[in-house]
Amino acid sequence: MPEITREDVAHLARLAHIDMSAEELDRMAGELAVIVDSVKAVSEAAGDDVPATSHPIPLSNVYRDDVIGETLSNDEALSGAPDNADGRFKVPAILDEE
Amino acid sequence: MSDLTRLSAAQLAEKLTSREISAVETVQAHLDRIGEVDPAINAFLHVNTDEALRVASEVDKERSLGDAMHPLAGVPIAVKDLIVTKGQPTTAGSKILEGWHSPYDATVVRRLRDAKMPILGKTNLDEFAMGSSTEHSAYGPTRNPWDLERIPGGSGGGSAAAVAAFEAPLALGTDTGGSIRQPGAVTGTVGVKPTYGGVSRYGAIAMASSLDQIGPVTRTVLDSAMLHEVIGGHDPHDSTSLTDPVGALVEAARNADVKGMRIGVIKELQGEGYQEGVQARFNEALDLLRQAGADVVEVSCPNFKYALGAYYLIMPSEASSNLAKYDGVRFGLRVVPDGAPTIERVMGATRAAGFGDEVKRRIILGTYALSAGYYDAYYGSAQKVRTLIQRDFDAAFTQADVLISPTAPTTAFKLGEKLDDPLAMYLNDVATIPANMAGVPGISVPGGLSDGLPVGIQFLAPARQDARLYRAGAALETLLENTWGGPLLAQAPEIAGVK
Repeated sequence: MPEITREDVAHLARLAHIDMSAEELDRMAGELAVIVDSVKAVSEAAGDDVPATSHPIPLSNVYRDDVIGETLSNDEALSGAPDNADGRFKVPAILDEE
Repeated sequence: MSDLTRLSAAQLAEKLTSREISAVETVQAHLDRIGEVDPAINAFLHVNTDEALRVASEVDKERSLGDAMHPLAGVPIAVKDLIVTKGQPTTAGSKILEGWHSPYDATVVRRLRDAKMPILGKTNLDEFAMGSSTEHSAYGPTRNPWDLERIPGGSGGGSAAAVAAFEAPLALGTDTGGSIRQPGAVTGTVGVKPTYGGVSRYGAIAMASSLDQIGPVTRTVLDSAMLHEVIGGHDPHDSTSLTDPVGALVEAARNADVKGMRIGVIKELQGEGYQEGVQARFNEALDLLRQAGADVVEVSCPNFKYALGAYYLIMPSEASSNLAKYDGVRFGLRVVPDGAPTIERVMGATRAAGFGDEVKRRIILGTYALSAGYYDAYYGSAQKVRTLIQRDFDAAFTQADVLISPTAPTTAFKLGEKLDDPLAMYLNDVATIPANMAGVPGISVPGGLSDGLPVGIQFLAPARQDARLYRAGAALETLLENTWGGPLLAQAPEIAGVK
């Protein structure tokens, strides 16, 4: 399996929307390399014939009746937001000005 | 210390029901104890004084009118701060949620309120439940009541320490890879991870949704059974909630007996890597169980050796996805960099400032395991290992009614000892993780001391057979307490610096 480089971590941090300093990228690359190395055996443990398990207790198609139950009021839904306006979440610009 | 704080929940319930004591004096005694010892322990992130006393006084009033009440009405409880509560802050141990108040109650909290159990406050944890020591809380570590220089386990170190320090008779925890059971082991308390889906996860802030489970943290096995019956059972708000009835757990704990029970010793969860004192207490427990008529057999779970590795792929993968919601838009922290930043830059700055190192590590690891090109090798393989672990359990449960192992390979380590070595910390969960991977229930009960520090013994049962844990756990508890001449916590030192 491939190593984790500093550039990999920088890319992953961008994907995960976490700003990281140069020092953090270096440290994280080293730590992740150790962790990834330790989990290597996992990829060789099971053959192709073994199905994957995503959920420990099989359940499928859990539906409820299509009726309105308890819901949060608009004010309640906005109560923890850093900013709001006109009953909506208010966010900074989505696009750059250019 | 008031005698009321020394009583178990079952004893308090009895005295409250007979009106020998009042709920207000019970709650006040615990609040006093919190005031006395929590500056040293730091189990609580928030103390809910006014509401707890108000609920207690309502209980006293209703009881005086002769109203029928839940047996645990008036028995106070602490709640891990990963579980949302109206009227109190919920932080998940993270700066990103500092000051946030949930607009709704978790289902388990609603059930506590329905039973009229006063909530004493919210307990400390590793940030977003990521850790085995509670040192990864953004609000400072919790200390182990047995030795203030040592960790109380994690992630639910606050709940376990609160119960061990007699600040609360009961607490709620959450267990994703051992976060209820391992703190139970290292603090000399009882912790139960129910069958996956047996207790609603609605309102438990998600780390890894296919592994997370809420459960009881107590000082006795019977108390865990009583609390489990309050919080368990189907909840339409959680689509993974089982529709099965909770089962007669209290009855199982009261009818503790291992005569004829087949107890399987998991070959792979002992020996190398397990402290000598832990192994010694474990072997003594097996002897006691044999003497009490249990049929102790050895079982092999050869794929458990892959469990830790697979867990550290599945858990971060699910966590990286679950934690995407902390983006500075709908709740919590928002950090706005200088200039006229776009939302993307705000998110990057918010998450950089709001998350601690361990959380960032797991988000990056999960993002890696799920990324194109690596998905099959990592996440896909880990899910296959999950199948192999389930097969190991299935095979073992044809030979045994319950399985047994040490809960954790070591006693409590020193604060700071593993902070710079995440892998060493992860190894502490080697015996608890398989249960989460397969969804089966587990309990940790106190197994004695090694060099003055508690050792935990874990029982595991097949999915939906939680009652067996209570039957076996309560039996071992009685056998051990007979040898100790009382509960293990009676041997705990008085907390330093407290008169």
